[in-house]
Amino acid sequence: MKRFVARRLGYALLSLCLLSLTIFLFVRVTGDPTVLLVEPGASRADIEALRADLGLDRSLVVQYATFVRDIVRGDFGRSFYYRTPVLELYLSRLPNSLLLAVAAMAFSLLIGIPSGILAAVRVNGWWDGAGKIFSLLGLSMPSFWVGLLLILFFSVYLGWLPSSGSGTVWHVLMPAFALGWYFAAAHMRLTRSSMLEVLGSEYVKLARLKGLPEALVIGKHAFKNALIPVLTLAGINLVLMVNVAVVVETVFAWPGVGRLLYEGIAFRDFPVVQATVLVGGSMIVVVNLVVDLLYAVIDPRIRYER
Amino acid sequence: MSVSPAPASPSRVASVPVAWRLAAFRTEGLPMIPIMILVTLALVAILAELIAPYNPEVGALGERFRPPAWIAGGSTAHLLGTDHIGRDVLSRLIFGARVSMVVGFTAVMVAGVLGTVLGILSGYLGGWVDQVIMRVTDTWLALPALTFAIFLAAIVGPSQWNIVIILGAVYWTRYARVIRGEVLSLKERDFVRLAIVAGCSKRTIMRRHILPNVLNTAIVLATLMLGVVIVTEAALSFLGVGVPPPKPAWGLMLADGKKGLMAGYWWLTVFPGVCIVLMVLAANLLGDWLRVKLDPQLRQL
Repeated sequence: MKRFVARRLGYALLSLCLLSLTIFLFVRVTGDPTVLLVEPGASRADIEALRADLGLDRSLVVQYATFVRDIVRGDFGRSFYYRTPVLELYLSRLPNSLLLAVAAMAFSLLIGIPSGILAAVRVNGWWDGAGKIFSLLGLSMPSFWVGLLLILFFSVYLGWLPSSGSGTVWHVLMPAFALGWYFAAAHMRLTRSSMLEVLGSEYVKLARLKGLPEALVIGKHAFKNALIPVLTLAGINLVLMVNVAVVVETVFAWPGVGRLLYEGIAFRDFPVVQATVLVGGSMIVVVNLVVDLLYAVIDPRIRYER
Repeated sequence: MSVSPAPASPSRVASVPVAWRLAAFRTEGLPMIPIMILVTLALVAILAELIAPYNPEVGALGERFRPPAWIAGGSTAHLLGTDHIGRDVLSRLIFGARVSMVVGFTAVMVAGVLGTVLGILSGYLGGWVDQVIMRVTDTWLALPALTFAIFLAAIVGPSQWNIVIILGAVYWTRYARVIRGEVLSLKERDFVRLAIVAGCSKRTIMRRHILPNVLNTAIVLATLMLGVVIVTEAALSFLGVGVPPPKPAWGLMLADGKKGLMAGYWWLTVFPGVCIVLMVLAANLLGDWLRVKLDPQLRQL
């Protein structure tokens, strides 16, 4: 177990290094980074000062070391637009993103799990077919278009829900649905296949042989075990949601991390863009690590696999 | 290394699997609906100049926000209405098909060629080459594709060809992963060992023995990737880092349509979205069918 943990930790660290290196190199290879990092409309002297500050005359290795050192210290630079440290900005937006992600997750699980179970219980039946169409639509309809349609219907025609902003429960509903939509399809498919696997297992057969009513077999025996992979995926997806919400947050003017990224692009605020991508990528590396380790705790076979 | 198989390819190696592939196509029912959608969209894209009633980039300000023809206030002059600067929606949709087709197909090709080549190198050569390529692949896969694409787009600036390169750079990792796995099992097979014994160079083995055998997988992945790429392109254009205005991209039309959304100008939001969904749906359906047809191993993907 120790060796396994050490190796996985090593991989995660390597991933983080590669991640920062990728971002670092892309900024420098594609042209003069001062163009990106200096405020729009800066004077010649400002550009020269920044160039000296970034140490662009020094070797790439030294520059990278400085870049990493600053990040480790939590210094992601200063936003051009807001004139505050980027990290502060990011952290101020994160709660909103988490709120949206949790609500979207609730939607996606509420739709995905019951429909997945129904599809598995009645394989190849009417419901299974409907589920297949639903999951295909879920994958094919871009979340931002779903969001726009929701605004059109619930805000413009019915006037029930606010089209943008945040603050009340009503503000969360539409963005959460638009974001959860895609994931609902994924959760449905996993619930279905996981449920099918469990329903074919020996202990479910035994439960049936004992004469338990079908509802109890499915609800109590099969459901609990079938849920494990789904909840694992949901955990990973929760982090993913924070990071892919950029388009949905833009549609609904939701003040989360994604919207911050969008503003970063719109205002040519490069430090913000860089930090958002870097933190987002790191989050996912860490989550993957945690999932790997948890699985190893649960299933000893994974620990010894090479 | 040619990855796209041309039917009239003079190469002896590639011609056998291509003929086999075409034969497989005839035998069982083709998924007609997705093929018809894609062929129609392709024809529309090619013949855009002939079909489109108006110039998609020039509007008449006097004709702003005209509704579709069948609604009170609309006229047959603009079948699907006009946008916020009086441009004909139908014409923009028609030229938008060209943008989506060109960006979608070329981006999938760029990603496919890059990913297949690196996947084969990684799988066949092994050792430090494998380690380097796979660590980069893992890291890039960890980045959310859209965020990564936005980051790259923010650096290089918006243009149609930059988008192709960005999408290629973001999505090659998925090919590399899958192709590498295939190559790992292929290289243990007898025909590869025989080729080694016969004195073939590594290059020859990779090109003539490994590549033809992973092409099926690459084609299936490409079809499935087409939908993803088109949605990403639309999202990037919607955010303003994709295809730059006034070019008529569907994602850009949705962004413009948002300006008239609260006033209830629904046609600016509904029509471009329907086009995106149709194209993505067709690509996904075709990809699913191809997956079952060409590559049973990928069925669980």
